[in-house]
Amino acid sequence: MFKKHVSRWILPLLGLGILALFYTCGKGGKQAGVQVGGEDVNKVIEERGLTPNDVLAAVKTYLPTGKYDEYLLFSSGGHSGQVLVIGVPSMRLLKVIGVFTPEPWQGWGYSTDTWKIFEEGGINGTTLTWGDTHHPALSETNGDYDGEYLFINDKANARVAVIDLRDFETKQIIKNPLTLSDHGGAMVTPNTEWVIEGGQYGMPWTGEYAPLSQYKEKYKGMITFWKFDRKKGRLIKNESFAMELPPYWQDLADPGKLVSDGWVFLNSFNTEMATGGVEEGNPPFEAGVSQRDMDYMHVINLKKAAQLFKQGKTKKIRGFNVLTLETSIKEGILYFIPEPKSPHGVDVSPDGRYIVVSGKLDPHVTIYNFDKIQQAIAEKKFSGKDEFGVPVLDFDAVVETQIEVGLGPLHTQFDPNGFAYTSLFLESAVARWTMGGEWASKHGKEPWSLVDKVSVHYNIGHLVTAEGDNVNPDGKYLVALNKWAIDRYTNVGPLLPQNFQLVDIESGDRPMQLLYDMPIGIGEPHYAQMIKADKIKSWEVYPEIGWNPHTQSKDPDGVQAGQEKVVRRGRTVEIWMSAIRSHYTPERVEVRKGDRVIWHITNIERAKDATHGFALPEYNFNLSIEPGETQTIEFVAKRAGVYPFYCTEFCSALHLEMMGYLLVKP
Amino acid sequence: MKDIDMIVGPRVPQELLKRERKRFLMPTIFLGTAGLLLLISIFLPYWKLTLYAPQYPNGLVMKVYVNRVEGDVKEIDTLNHYIGMRSLTEAASLERTLSIFMVVAIGLLVIAAIYLHSPAAAVFALPAFFYPFIFLGDLYFWMWNFGTNLDPRAPLSNAIEPFVPPLLGEGKVGQFKTIASWEIGLWVVFLASILILVGLYYHRKAYKPLLEEQLKKEILEK
Repeated sequence: MFKKHVSRWILPLLGLGILALFYTCGKGGKQAGVQVGGEDVNKVIEERGLTPNDVLAAVKTYLPTGKYDEYLLFSSGGHSGQVLVIGVPSMRLLKVIGVFTPEPWQGWGYSTDTWKIFEEGGINGTTLTWGDTHHPALSETNGDYDGEYLFINDKANARVAVIDLRDFETKQIIKNPLTLSDHGGAMVTPNTEWVIEGGQYGMPWTGEYAPLSQYKEKYKGMITFWKFDRKKGRLIKNESFAMELPPYWQDLADPGKLVSDGWVFLNSFNTEMATGGVEEGNPPFEAGVSQRDMDYMHVINLKKAAQLFKQGKTKKIRGFNVLTLETSIKEGILYFIPEPKSPHGVDVSPDGRYIVVSGKLDPHVTIYNFDKIQQAIAEKKFSGKDEFGVPVLDFDAVVETQIEVGLGPLHTQFDPNGFAYTSLFLESAVARWTMGGEWASKHGKEPWSLVDKVSVHYNIGHLVTAEGDNVNPDGKYLVALNKWAIDRYTNVGPLLPQNFQLVDIESGDRPMQLLYDMPIGIGEPHYAQMIKADKIKSWEVYPEIGWNPHTQSKDPDGVQAGQEKVVRRGRTVEIWMSAIRSHYTPERVEVRKGDRVIWHITNIERAKDATHGFALPEYNFNLSIEPGETQTIEFVAKRAGVYPFYCTEFCSALHLEMMGYLLVKP
Repeated sequence: MKDIDMIVGPRVPQELLKRERKRFLMPTIFLGTAGLLLLISIFLPYWKLTLYAPQYPNGLVMKVYVNRVEGDVKEIDTLNHYIGMRSLTEAASLERTLSIFMVVAIGLLVIAAIYLHSPAAAVFALPAFFYPFIFLGDLYFWMWNFGTNLDPRAPLSNAIEPFVPPLLGEGKVGQFKTIASWEIGLWVVFLASILILVGLYYHRKAYKPLLEEQLKKEILEK
């Protein structure tokens, strides 16, 4: 039986239609396998102890050399502060993009320009060199990923970064002036007009002190809408605004799409407004914030909020535009909806009609109907007001249904066939359930019902399906972002890698199949987005020689071959250097002790992958100068001596010879 | 016959003992073994609860001895705090303190019963006979007590209904499958109970005629 199955599965593996030739159904006789290069494939399968299921999974994920992945997964790198780029289905790590943490391979944070980005993202004069990246958001056009930009937040310091996908480099780190902690970011509106950053832990506005006894009065919640200038590739601070919210802990956000475009849905927990203090005999936060059976989903009329901002109804707080809670209530742009206990995920369905909320301490997903929400707002179907005067919509009036999916439901994504997928943290599983309404005809199954579960290993947080949170989900693949690996890998000490697991969800008619495990040994990813790889039109080399990636335009200090020079102006020495396989020009740079040195280096290569590095000892510089790129460093030559600099990127057979001397005369 | 003699019972004449050695040896062997088994059980686990969940591929184990709980107690306690269960170290503290003394005592009572050639022997052996049932009853009481008195302020309090895991076999709590099994210690004391029954049967067979004979003699003397 086993061999029969194996034979069947290796058919696609080899792409051979000649299986019959090798297939003998002898009674207990030795079965001849498929021979490749003198090896019996069946024997290899048997020796490696693979089941037919394993072989099938391998066939579905293996990419021969030179073949490309169908999808790219942009994953947060968690507290590594970076973004990971992973190919799907091969689950190969393609790149780690330096974002909130310096990354020397990319020279990220090791050149003057890139360090400036770190400085701009600092707090109160402190330049931060790490972040806790949580939720990446690909830019969208008409609710569909357009592959141009990626945004990601830093929960630890309430910051948002902008990554340009033409060169996969971070362009901006912007600090939220109001708070020190965010979570519901980054998410984008369907045309990337706004990048959303929802707060997390309640606190007084940054820099203000108030004792915890004044939590209700002085502590704030908030959500920020950063205006994105697509042309500049930057978030524009003075065109952005925030909304002051009650000091609940705002959690995840999802903007509406299609019918619900112009609205934003934002979870919250700790509506108990617990202030902890286990050491003083109070319930610890974990219990204190979990007392109420319902918390509040915030329903925000972003379109109207933006109008109010334009009309000048915001107030300047910490130099930032803020719509006060009072204004929001008065203008009717903020409503609450009860949502089950300590919700985590809030996910809008591809058609924008349904909002799926999972209360992590409740075994259901709760599905709200956008039309019903609108109707309830219009008819003022309120069950009351919260302590701060925000109207609370009647739960029964807006809920579509609740489905018991399992223990610890967190996040939901979608596929094109009307199935939704919810991660189950406590159960370590993924639940597949059917959507209702117009979706029901697509899957032909009982609407709003649980249909399948697959175990994942272990403690799944977010999950992501291919393009699963935009208006046009592809489904097909699902990646489970598991927090614990426990026994999945060879032990590498007490700090274990995280475990990404690829799941085949292509057909709703067969069970979900676990395909592949990928260890993440760099940080703890939270959320990821999966985009069709061909949507990203990234550069192979920079468009022109002398390109400044920071401005994404030609750098006036870039040089062509033959234009290299060294100019002294008083105590300042400015160097315009070129790099090509396998030398720098000039190779000897002479300065005097105490000189200020400004050093521009242009990679004048046009060949793909001909990147040069530039490492200067003692000064903590390491550049990655990709073909066409110009980078600049500035420093004061503090100490006399001889400093050999060299190319850190193995560029050619004479790479070792690609060096030069900085001579600092006494 | 004095009261005390009624309890101690008649001594066996030497020649009778020599003649019918087996008759008097039987209750000694059975009751003696039973007493010994009780003493040995102190060192053995009585009851085991294994918890299986995806996150714990090897399971979590809790082994109950007469005076202590061993295994992944700390981890189980850590998990239990989410559902508001008190620490396992708080359970049955009185029982744990007294248990060794009690088990030794009832074990010695069984051995003492060997020297009592009267129905009083049965009374002495009775606590030991009932002991495994008392143990299970007490265990159930504590599980009920812990499983149904969950702190309503715990994070997962409304996701988990109060529960009592079965004393034997499979149960389910949240994402955990629980498997309760009876361990060697409990089987040993059950065996002791059986040995006590058998021992008492032989005891009666050995000593009842002697006792009746003596009583008859006393009546005749009067």
